[in-house]
Amino acid sequence: MKMKWWHGALIVSLVIAAILSPLASSWPDGLERVAEVLGFATQAEGSPTVSSPLPDYLFPGITSEGLATAIAGILGTLLVFAVLYAVGKALAYSEKTNDG
Amino acid sequence: MHIPDGFLDLQTSVAAGAISVGVVAYASYALRKRVAPEKIPLLGVAGAFVFAAQMINFPVVGGTSGHLLGAALVAILLGPWAAVLVMTAVLVIQCFIFQDGGALALGANVLNMGVTGALLGYAIYATIGKLSQRVSVRYTAAFLAAWIAVMAGAFLCSCELIISGTVALQVVLPAMLGVHALIGVVEGVITVGALALVSRSRPDIWPALQPAEVTQ
Repeated sequence: MKMKWWHGALIVSLVIAAILSPLASSWPDGLERVAEVLGFATQAEGSPTVSSPLPDYLFPGITSEGLATAIAGILGTLLVFAVLYAVGKALAYSEKTNDG
Repeated sequence: MHIPDGFLDLQTSVAAGAISVGVVAYASYALRKRVAPEKIPLLGVAGAFVFAAQMINFPVVGGTSGHLLGAALVAILLGPWAAVLVMTAVLVIQCFIFQDGGALALGANVLNMGVTGALLGYAIYATIGKLSQRVSVRYTAAFLAAWIAVMAGAFLCSCELIISGTVALQVVLPAMLGVHALIGVVEGVITVGALALVSRSRPDIWPALQPAEVTQ
């Protein structure tokens, strides 16, 4: 199978998610920091409204945090790709009729 | 800039959610039966890249980090309506699978980081891009679009916090805009860098004369 441009772009994205993500800064982001400094960060504490399978981008049951992050990153990247591929498919015009 | 639940009151969440639902519905309508079949994977890859890049928090100043939004970048490459759908998919998955951003605040997060960045970022890029065909002008336009997209998101986020009664205007606005002015510079640099990579490998996508769009 001939390698297409989007194959390469998807691989780059997976590499970013798997290899760079464990190296990401763990400092609070702009909003979190402002919330801490201005004293309203505590309003977000408590149990989440909806529970998620992979909270904080960590695959559960893995002791190495770097590996847990990498696996979560790969799964998320593939899931986003699949969902948007399906969205694109649903919105695409048919090549046969070519009325779009 | 993902707002967790607890920061916004119900009215603000519902109002922001209503705007987001409306824009996403319009984006789907605008692209209905218009996406070229060979461009379907580009939607997926754009989202995959944004999701991966958003995991990479970079330090900015004083114990604060930021990450790419990517809305302006995707809008420049694939058009504003496709960018709305791409950003929405990323934010929905981040919310429900990774607990990044509150479920009640999802509409506000889509409005701040997806809709605004895609539509405003694209409008700025397209407006400046009309002034000149030079590629340097397009890179400048892209940088400004990316920076303003981040600032607009931070501004809207601040407004939602103020309207919710969470924090006072005079303290939250300078704090949010100050830190995001720096995060926005990195957003601009990454956006220009990504466009440079695309222009080398796929000049048909960028810098095409007509913004590539996913449609034909």
